[in-house]
Order: sequence, then structure tokens, then C-alpha cells
Amino acid sequence: MRIRCPHCGERPNDEFTYLGDASVTRPDPAAADAKDEFYNYAYIRRNVAGPTQELWYHQAGCHAWLVVTRDTRTHEISEVKLAQDVALARSKSTTGAA
Amino acid sequence: MTSDRYSIFSVLTEAFRGQTGWRQAWRSASPKPNYDVVIVGGGGHGLATAYYLAKRYGMSNIAVIEKGWIGSGNIGRNTTIVRSNYLLPGNIPFYETSMKLWEGLEQDINYNAMVSQRGVLNLYHSDGQRDSYARRGNAMRMHGVDAELLDRDTVRTMYPWLNFDDARFPIKGGLLQKRGGTVRHDAVAWGYARAADRLGVDIIENAEVTGFRIENGRISGVETSRGYIGARKVGLSCAGNSSRVAAMAGLNLPIESHVLQAFVSEGIKPFIDGVVTFGAGHFYISQSDKGGLVFGGDLDGYNSYAQRGNLPVVEDVLEGGMALMPRIGRVRLLRSWGGIMDMSMDGSPIIDQTPIDGLFLNGGWCYGGFKATPAAGLCFAHLIARDEPHEVARAYRLDRFRTGHMVDEKGMGNQPNLH
Repeated sequence: MRIRCPHCGERPNDEFTYLGDASVTRPDPAAADAKDEFYNYAYIRRNVAGPTQELWYHQAGCHAWLVVTRDTRTHEISEVKLAQDVALARSKSTTGAA
Repeated sequence: MTSDRYSIFSVLTEAFRGQTGWRQAWRSASPKPNYDVVIVGGGGHGLATAYYLAKRYGMSNIAVIEKGWIGSGNIGRNTTIVRSNYLLPGNIPFYETSMKLWEGLEQDINYNAMVSQRGVLNLYHSDGQRDSYARRGNAMRMHGVDAELLDRDTVRTMYPWLNFDDARFPIKGGLLQKRGGTVRHDAVAWGYARAADRLGVDIIENAEVTGFRIENGRISGVETSRGYIGARKVGLSCAGNSSRVAAMAGLNLPIESHVLQAFVSEGIKPFIDGVVTFGAGHFYISQSDKGGLVFGGDLDGYNSYAQRGNLPVVEDVLEGGMALMPRIGRVRLLRSWGGIMDMSMDGSPIIDQTPIDGLFLNGGWCYGGFKATPAAGLCFAHLIARDEPHEVARAYRLDRFRTGHMVDEKGMGNQPNLH
């Protein structure tokens, strides 16, 4: 499995550190249901069999956080983006919606 | 006449009549419309559960449904090691129960599972590690489990050819559990399948679960690729697929699926007579009765449902092996494979009821499910039959992540890729 880092090009997967599901966001600690939400955030996993978005960190390279779209059944990687860009796009869309 | 019970007499009898009297070891059952208990997953755990339900809890009308064939999952993909060298009070009695069941298993199920108590030796490489092993050994002995803390010279008499003077990780001694060892993994599945079948359990292969019928919060049956099967109680024992199957019942589990690789070398003459684990890297090894060196290492470290891993871990495992025992360098690698581990958030299993009445979960076994097979089966059967946890499996609750009563044996918290 090789990951095409937007900065460094295609690199072997042992240069990267895995964090997990990129689709979850940290809950609001001030929310009324924060206790349940943090339990879900910390311990419950969707554990998808199929294409999933994941956070990887290019530890032995440019130190960028990446959002990698990968199929957990085949290890095939279809898309790699900088986590920064994904987060910016996400905050734009939420601002736009509000 | 057929040779139903395996013994020296049946072997001799069959030898004289051309092996013509052996029966199929278990029936090829077709699903009935209704069962009292349906176990989802025909691996070691599921088959053991069905066996103990019938044998010890007097239940009948039980089915085990399996999407592939019996033993096609992790029961046939592990490194066959059994041991009970745990540290925490929630774990030791459970794994020791398993160890005792292994010791009597072959007589109990009338099947040669090649249980071999050849000893499990965990090496230590620093003073700090010796102290933590001493603590572990003491915890085991306080629970009545055998443990011996060995110094360097004693380890040297056992395995003189280990690399004792590695500059970075010199071997300083080891923690030995003599009653630990290996068991022929496939035979465990086959033996439990045959024994359960003899007690009337229907083993239904090629029946994949496609959904659950739940009425008013209570399970009423299972939709499968071989049709609907009604059930008063359903037990999930699906290892790496636990999350996928539970999701069909609307449950989200504290589990991630990861791939763990294992390896076997070409067959060689007797080389290593016990199980040895490297304490400074991820490498553990034993030799099968066929002569192949069986060894494994760490998780690949990312979520996966593919039963194969990647090369960096292969390199890491082989480096560990070469650091510990340089003489394996000339042995050729024959095969490698991957199994899907249901990694729970604290590294300990779950044997518990679910929020759905009549639906039970046995999962989260991480990379330690094989050694637990008999006790997991027994405790899961107890839970299903009595609706209350078995005494030695009380810690394995599904809600422990919410309540904070975690069983964090390795002190690695809730990051499966760190385990």
C-alpha cells in the first residue's frame, strides 16, 4: 500500500501514522448531550467495510495530516487530500449553511 | 457398523477394513424454520458456544450459521498459541478457565486437537521489563496459575542459540508458563463442530446473515442467504465482522477491524520446542508438528477487512526474528496471511447482552481470541442460557467504556493501532 502525499508524492505506507475515521468531528463540550457525544466520539466506531475517509499523518515526510479515501476491503486508495483543505472546505460549507 | 467414537480401537478396526467405516464428521444441515438459539459465526467461538449450550446447559434446538465454511475465519488463521499469563483480575480467572478447558478438551470432545503444553516463554530485555514480568508472574501465581521468572542463565540452558548479547536488546531472562503451549487450530473448529453435531446442533454453512428481525425491541429471527430463520435468542460470534453484523441490528460497537499477519516457514527438523516471544519487538514463534516455524508480529496498524497485510510489517516481523534468533535467517518463508481482528477500545473482549432483548454479543477479541476459544464458548453459552454473565467473564461488559470500568491489560488505552 502506497499513499500519494500531495507534498511528497507516492510514498510507502510505513512513512505514515494512522489515526482513524476522518468523518467524525470533536463534539461541543458545552452541549447538553456532551457526555453521550464524547462517549461516541471516543469509543464508538463506524468501522466501515468499504470506502472510508481516514486521517493519516506523514510522520517520516512532510508532517502533513492527510485525509485518505481508502477501501478497507481492498486497501485501494482513491483520493488523498490535505486535512487542512478538507477542514477549510468543511468550515466554509457549515458557515454557508448557517 | 460405523466408527462413531474415535479411539485406538476404531483406528485399528478401520485399518483392517480399508478406512471404509468413517462417517462424515458432522451433518450438512439445512436450516429449520425455528430454533431456540441461533449462533451467528461458525468459527471456534461460535461452535464452542453451541457445544457448551447443548452439553453443559442442556439446551437443544440450536443452530450455528456460517457465511462460508466452518473454520474459514480466524480459527484457521492464528498462530495456535494458548496461554493464561495475564495480569488483571478481570482477565486471569477467565483465561485460566480457558487453559483448564484446553487441558481436558480432547477427552471432552473426543477429538485429537493436538493440545501441546510445551511452555510459553516471554523474554525480557531490561530491568524495568523484568520487574513488570515479576509483577505479572506474581499476579498469576496469586490466582493459582503457574509462572516462573527465569534468569538469563536458565533461559540459556533452554535455548542456547538465542542472541543473548544483542547490543540494543540483550536477553536478561524470561517469564515462563509451562502449561502454555500450542493447539492444532483447525482441529479445534472441527472437533467442536463434530461434538456439537453429535448433540443435535445444526451446523449450517454458506448461510450469510443479511438482516435481523426485531419486534418491540426483541429479536425474533435472522434473515440469511438461505432464507429466514426464527430464533428466540441469537448470539453473535463474528470476530472481525462483528461491526458489520451488529450494524444490521442497528448497533454501533466500540470495535475497529484491523489486519494481523502471520507466517510459516518451510518445514525443518526440530528446532524450537516451545513458544518464545521477543520482549523488545513484535515477534513470537513456535514450530508446528509438520516442522514449519509459525510466527507473527504486530498489527498492520490501519482499519482493514482485507485478509492480507502489507510489506512493512513483514519486514518488521522478520527483523525481530533475526534480532532474536539469527539462525532462522537461512530458513525460507513459505506462506504469510492475514486475519481480521475485532479490536476493542481497551484491548479486552466483550461477552454481554446487547440493548436488543435476546441478542447477545461475543466479540472484541483483538488478537487473543484463539486461546480463549473454550472459555469464550463456555461463558457465552452461560450468558445465553441463563441471561446472566458467567462468573469469570463479568468484566467483559459492553457498557464498560461508558462507565469507565475498562480492562486495559496492556495500558494502551483506546487506540487499536497501538495495541
